[in-house]
Amino acid sequence: MNLVTIALKSIKQRFLSSSLTALSVSLGVMLMVAVLVINGVVTDLFSQQSFGFNLVVGPKGSDLSLALSAIYRLERSGEPLPYLYYKELQQHPAVEKAVPITIGDLTEQGGFPIVGTNAEFFEMDYSYKKPFRVRGSFLKTPWDAVIGSRVAATNGWDIGSEFKLTHGGVKDHVHEEKFRVVGVLAPTGTPNDRTAFVSIAGFWGISEHEKPLQEAINRLEKFRYTVPQSLRDQAEKEKQPKKPDAHGHNHADHAELLDEQKEVTAVFLRTKGETGFAAIRLAGEINEDVRAMAINPVPVMNRLMSLIVDNIKLMLLVLTSLIIAVSAVSIFVSIYNSMADRRREIGIMRALGARRETVFTIILAESALLCLGGGAIGLLLGHGMVAVASPIIESRSGILINPLAFEPTELILFPVLLVVGSLIGFLPGLAAYRTDVAAALSE
Amino acid sequence: MSLVLDNLKKSYREPGGGKIPVLNVARFELKTAEQVALIGSSGGGKTTLLNVIAGITTPDSGRVVIDNIDVTGLNEPSRDRFRAMKIGFVFQTFNLLPAFTALENVLLGMCFAGKGTDSHRATDLLTRVGLGHRLQHRPPQLSVGEQQRVAVARALANHPSLLLADEPTASVDVANQNTILDLIRDACKENNVSLLLVTHAPDVAARFGRIEKLSDFNRP
Repeated sequence: MNLVTIALKSIKQRFLSSSLTALSVSLGVMLMVAVLVINGVVTDLFSQQSFGFNLVVGPKGSDLSLALSAIYRLERSGEPLPYLYYKELQQHPAVEKAVPITIGDLTEQGGFPIVGTNAEFFEMDYSYKKPFRVRGSFLKTPWDAVIGSRVAATNGWDIGSEFKLTHGGVKDHVHEEKFRVVGVLAPTGTPNDRTAFVSIAGFWGISEHEKPLQEAINRLEKFRYTVPQSLRDQAEKEKQPKKPDAHGHNHADHAELLDEQKEVTAVFLRTKGETGFAAIRLAGEINEDVRAMAINPVPVMNRLMSLIVDNIKLMLLVLTSLIIAVSAVSIFVSIYNSMADRRREIGIMRALGARRETVFTIILAESALLCLGGGAIGLLLGHGMVAVASPIIESRSGILINPLAFEPTELILFPVLLVVGSLIGFLPGLAAYRTDVAAALSE
Repeated sequence: MSLVLDNLKKSYREPGGGKIPVLNVARFELKTAEQVALIGSSGGGKTTLLNVIAGITTPDSGRVVIDNIDVTGLNEPSRDRFRAMKIGFVFQTFNLLPAFTALENVLLGMCFAGKGTDSHRATDLLTRVGLGHRLQHRPPQLSVGEQQRVAVARALANHPSLLLADEPTASVDVANQNTILDLIRDACKENNVSLLLVTHAPDVAARFGRIEKLSDFNRP
């Protein structure tokens, strides 16, 4: 028998009140753990400090919006860029690699974002010195698809599986064309895990992805490209009414699109040289032009983190800290109120030879045990809460959350709870310390 | 000599500022293994005397010497330690802790002596007071007589040299009174422990070879 056993006995003796006070701590810690875990995942996701590319080029507009749509696939893309512009970037002397992507569609099953790209996408590391690993092969033919690990796990897809796309994520609007899975990516912990990559050639080959020629011509003119007369003539022909098929689709032909008709959502650029100056210069050059915008996603996302995510995290942590503070007060009240009933008990212990410090320590241990026990339960509940919430968060935001993800900050919780427990127990402990033994025994 | 009280004085402060003298003992002695019944009227200072001897209450002046150690000269932590190791206490209302089993109540006494707990000895003591079959029972699950037996076992747990018993039979029924009394006296005799038993019942005192009236040597 030791002082901790004695404290535990005392807690057990007042089981209901002890349980309720520990529960209030649990709830506070549960919320705090959930906030920490979710925040940790969001921070990891958006704080990626290195990509396999230096720049993302997209339409003029919000840099944050471009990063969220092109890299994180959390937002709808803006106006597309002409394919010819991509070709122009590819030919730029400062560019080592230019990879086009098209986004906007979702998988019919599971609603995962589709990225149309080419095999070169997978030649760029997804993070610093972390190359893509694939089971199977990367994109080779127009109807090939490579899927992220989460897509494979959730949809039960594997090599050989076939799937359709919904146009722009509209549920009832399913494209007829099917893509066939040729590779499954190893987990990366990035948005690539919940992405289905399809060959950009196939993406362009989808009947409804062919834009009206006149629209393509307008975009080309906006981008100051010379439009061949033959294309203008074809556009005129296209304006003539055609007989739609049974689905209302205009399947005039599935012939390969002209380069002038092709569009890309964004282009990932890797510049030549190691220093990054080339990227800064190139970004400046692109941004001076009115046609498109180039961003380095790292500072953009850091800005998002510091402006919004960090502040939300701070607000939530303050709220949960307040909850824990309220729980701490309830433990204090519970223990302090019990002191009147326990004066005799303390008097007996003192009569049996317990020193003042000993009874003080017992009360302190009791308070600390309640806090730590409540904290441990809260830790489990917190991860449980994340486990329950993660599918909802994923379906609403596309952010993958691992309920077992451990945040190092969680480790600080226990020393903090120990200190809080000791502070709570201090005054009741002092009351125990000051107990007049003779008076307590005569009660 | 097991216990010597020398010029012991104790008074309590009145709310008005005055003092109520409770103890004024010129000399009192108790030999090793001696058993004394102390008779006194209610409010006569019996409990205060026991508390002063045990070091729970400090006297205004005078000395309490137990086993040649001046307890009044010790600081409080030393007195607590001394009490845990050298003095056994049996109270009128037993003062067992209700959350602890009979065995744990005995172990609790050992725990505060800082010598570590000895479950074998605690079990043995409880068996000797006839509670070998009630080790895991908590006080509310025991009869009044059984509770007092646990208190006796607890008082003997640390091999005390002095056992102070404050009206130990006052709360038990007549049938159990003699049993408890015999138990305390036999245990003290077996373990060479001096016994100072406070009672107001003449029939209880009559069983002792030496009977002292508090009023005979306490003149506050």
